Formats: sequence, C-alpha cells, structure tokens
Amino acid sequence: MWHLITAPVLLPMLTALLIMLPPIHYSPMRRRWVSMISSAIQLVLVVSLLMQVQQQGLIHYAIGNWQAPFGIILVADTLSVLLVCLTSFLALGAICYGSAGEDEKGSFFHPLFQFQIMGINGAFLTGDLFNLFVFFEVLLIASYALLIHAGGKNKTKAAVHYVVLNLTGSAIFLIALAVLYGTLGTLNIADMAEKVALLPADDLMLVKSGGLMLMIVFALKAAVLPLQFWLPATYASASAPVAALFAVMTKIGVYALLRVYTTIFGANAGELSGIAADWLLPAGLATIALGAVGVMASQDFRKLVANLVLLSVGTLVSLVALHTELSAAAAIYYTVHSTLVTAALFLIADLIASQRGKAGDRLVSGRRVAQPVLLGFMFMLGALTVAGLPPFSGFVGKLMLLQAVTEPGSRIAIWSLVLLSSLLVIIGLSRAGSTLFWRISGSDTAGEKAAPLQIFAVCWLLLASPLLVIFAGPFTELSQQAAEQLYDTRSAINTILHSGVVEGGKQ
Amino acid sequence: METLVACCIGFLTACGIFLMLRGRTFPVMLGLTMLSYAVNLFIFTSGRLTLRGAAVLGTSEQYADPLPQALVLTAIVIGFAMTAFLVILAIRARADLGNDHVDGKLPDADVVRKESR
Repeated sequence: MWHLITAPVLLPMLTALLIMLPPIHYSPMRRRWVSMISSAIQLVLVVSLLMQVQQQGLIHYAIGNWQAPFGIILVADTLSVLLVCLTSFLALGAICYGSAGEDEKGSFFHPLFQFQIMGINGAFLTGDLFNLFVFFEVLLIASYALLIHAGGKNKTKAAVHYVVLNLTGSAIFLIALAVLYGTLGTLNIADMAEKVALLPADDLMLVKSGGLMLMIVFALKAAVLPLQFWLPATYASASAPVAALFAVMTKIGVYALLRVYTTIFGANAGELSGIAADWLLPAGLATIALGAVGVMASQDFRKLVANLVLLSVGTLVSLVALHTELSAAAAIYYTVHSTLVTAALFLIADLIASQRGKAGDRLVSGRRVAQPVLLGFMFMLGALTVAGLPPFSGFVGKLMLLQAVTEPGSRIAIWSLVLLSSLLVIIGLSRAGSTLFWRISGSDTAGEKAAPLQIFAVCWLLLASPLLVIFAGPFTELSQQAAEQLYDTRSAINTILHSGVVEGGKQ
Repeated sequence: METLVACCIGFLTACGIFLMLRGRTFPVMLGLTMLSYAVNLFIFTSGRLTLRGAAVLGTSEQYADPLPQALVLTAIVIGFAMTAFLVILAIRARADLGNDHVDGKLPDADVVRKESR
C-alpha cells in the first residue's frame, strides 16, 4: 500500500501505452473499454489513497528511495489527493462522453487523454517545483494535441495562440526556477520553505522577483485577468470531452498558487510572507467582473460556459489571496463544485448544439432540440448549480465563500462583486436557456438523439451537485481538514525533511 | 566571464521577445526558440560559473553544481519537443487558414504594405 501514491501517475501512463499496442489499438471498442475501465480503477485507487491519507496524515514517497532534499518526492496531503479524486471523477465522465463517438473524429484520443490525466495527477502530487514544471509540460503537450482533436479552422487558430502563450509561460517558469535555485539552492517545496526563512538580506529581492515570476506563470495557467485572453476562445473551440477535462486545468494554476504561497511564501517566510496577495486580490476580483460581463456578452453557449470558468477562477484566486484557513477551505469546496458543474455544462452545450442543427449553440432562434425535456432538465440543474441558487452545491459553495471573508474592508468589495456577478450569471443563463429551448423557428425536430453513454456522462457529472449538498457536512469537514493540513507547514516540513521526527523548537 | 554570459543571455532574450511580438508564425517560432536558448543558459548559470570544475566529486579540487546541468538537460529536451510541435502546428495553421498570420487572418492591405517594406 506504500506505493499507492504512485498509482495516479503510473496507471494513466501504462494505460496510454497499452491502448497504443496492437491488439487494443486496432479496435475502437477495445480502446474505449480499456480507457473507461482504467479510469474507473483509478477512481477506486485514489479514493482509497484519500482514506489512507485521512488515517495516516501526510504521506511522502521518495522516488527511487533518494531522500527528500536531494531526490524527487511525491507528497500526498488531503488537498492534493482530493484534487486527484476530482480529476479522476471528471475524467471518467469525460471519457464516457468521448466514447460515444467523439473519439473517432481524430486519432489517438484515448492515449492523449490518459497522458493528460497523468500530467494533471502528477502536478497535484509532486513535492518538487522542477517536477511540477515537468508535469505541467506533460499535461500541456497532451492538451495541445487534444485541443486540435477532430480538426477545423477554429481549433487550429485557438491552438496557435494557446501553444505560443504556454511556451512563453514555460520559459518564464524556468527563469523563475533558476532564480530560486540560484538563491535558495533547492527546488524541493518543503526545503525551500525552510530556506526562505533563513535568507540573507542581499538575496531578498532576487527571491521576491523569482516568487512573483512564479505567480505570473500560475496566473497564466489559471487565466487570471491580464493573462486570461486565451481562455474563452480555447475552451469554446475544443471538442466537448476535451473542454470538460480542461475545466480542471485552470484549477491546477489555482492549486499551484495555493501551494506555493502558503507553503513557501507563507506565514513563516519572514519578510517574504504573502508577497502575492497584493497582486492576486485585485486581479481575482477584476476577473470575476470580467467573467460576469463575458457571460452577459456571449453570443454562443460554449463561450458563455467558458466565461463561467473564468468567473470561477476569479472567485478562487480571490479566496487564495485572502490567505486564511477559512478561505482555503472555501476555495477547496468551490474548486470541486465549479469544476464538475462547468464540465457538465460543456457536455450539455455539445448535446444541445448537436440537436439544434445549423443554429448549433449560437444564441439565436433555431430548430427544436430532439429531447427537450431531458436536455432542459440537465440545463436547468447545471444552471441553478453554477449560479449558486439554494438547493444545489453552488449555494453551499457561495455561502462558504462569503463567510470566509472576515475583514470588513475586503468584505464590502468581495461580497458586492460576488453577489452582483451571481445576478448577472442568472440573467445570462436564463437568457441563454430561453433562447436555446423556447425560441424555435421551423417545425422539424430531425436532430439525432443523445447516445445513452453521453447521457450517462452528463448525469455522472451533474450527480455531484446534489451529492455535494446531501453530504455537505462531511465534505466541508474534509475541505477544512485539507486547509488545516495545508496551513500546518511546520509539521509538513518536519515529516518530509526530518523523517517524522518532530523537533521541539530545536535549531 | 559573468558579464559576457549575462550580456549574451540578455541579448538572446531581447531578440526572442522582439521576434515573438511579430505577426507571422515563423518569426514567433524563432523568437520562442531564442527565448528558450536564453532560458537554458540562465538555468545553467544558476549553479554559478566555475572554470575546470568537474560535476563528479573527487576528480578535481573544485567541483561544479551538477543539478543545474541535469535541469538544463530536461529543459532542452522539453523545449525541443515543444518547438517541434509548434512547427507542425504552424504548418497546419498555414494550410487550414490560408495564411501564416498568428491571428489566422491578414490585417488590412495598407498595413501589410507597410510591414513588407
């Protein structure tokens, strides 16, 4: 069981290789089944890993048994494993949806999908900044190829921007890593956290610039305001299952921000503690505003959902910038909720678009959808959840978010912005829904019906919304635990670097 | 030596950024390549510049930090793969969109004339 932590990285990689081997590769059905079964197994494994972490606390695994500050380590705490569980849950839904026919529109859909899952899981689990860069690149190169899956003018155009931006981001990431390595002499996150506190005054500005460059990179991945221009076009043009998986990619940026600015530049970092908060809070709030305006201005439904992703990123980044345990707990709950619901909405958008014929997902009057009741219910459930209306998970998420803001000064700004943006989202979604389902021109309903697998996938993702409310008690407890563990950097460092021996204030 | 290397990295970065801001995919690609060269050199120097320092202990009195060398190798390999992907994507974009502008469409005719001059 000790090696279980490597499973979320190894299993997708081996699956991808297996799918590319002859007996499986030649038959579409076999490819689909192997991919689906593997991600189901992965879900079981990561849930058991979560239980293991719950019992034993933080787990760290030295790859090749090279001990912590020298070798690369994987670290599983509640936060990272929770996000890995989220990825597995989401991936299973997306793969099921893709297996209904989308995967045959291009080649190597399933292997690339598995490689991307591997990169995402690795990025969550790694305890080393350079290894984080490597996993970022793994997930990025898979995402580049998945983005142009099924081809088309729009996809190519979006992909050029996406690839160039991310390559620039990688270059900045490397510069930041080199600056940090040159001054701190290590890239292990726990070790860096220890070294930052003992920094000589001469190196302070260098480390600060390195740390802030890291912020730029993570903000680009998360799509925070000045760096968000790539997101709507990219997400709106990607094919549906890919866009659904991409919903978790922005959250990796948020996770990295949370990890780096609480562990390394956290409360123990002396003069460098909280260097990013001054930048992240206004940027996050501006992203919320921009996302809300984007929702109102969207001409088609997929763009609208992409703007909803932007809105959730803005909310999360503002929560990260608040730097309290309470806000981190709220951010964790909100991450799970918003990722699943936006992914479901991307899938619903695709179903609607395929049933409306020529009008597609543009918000104009068009043909009647073939399954108005089913799609209507799905849309309504998704819309109510994402807008944060009472019986669903969005409401609990927003409530936690609003309660997490304790400072009176920031409370006015954040409360008014979040509530106003929710109102705009409700208006935007009701406009979109009434246009898509009620403004009908022509009388033919010849659109093809959704495949059972597609309906299953959407229901699987939407199921999370009521479940997150029914089990809101245990789940908020879990996210609070994760936040507590995240903020308890001292004992994390001790576990990782001093092999479990807790020093009692001895230097 | 430090000054020379620093100037070299700075010049490469400046060229890279200038080329990246151009409007066609080919200069952008060259710019990214130059930037990645600059970054690779920079990672290498983060282990400090030493003369005649071996990366293995016990073979010479002075020894160089081996980690940046390992990091730079990884960065080179990844950068190379990414550049290769970008080249293919740029060719595909040229075929799909009918031109090699990064936005997929050429700007107004008089702007183009000014650019080509």
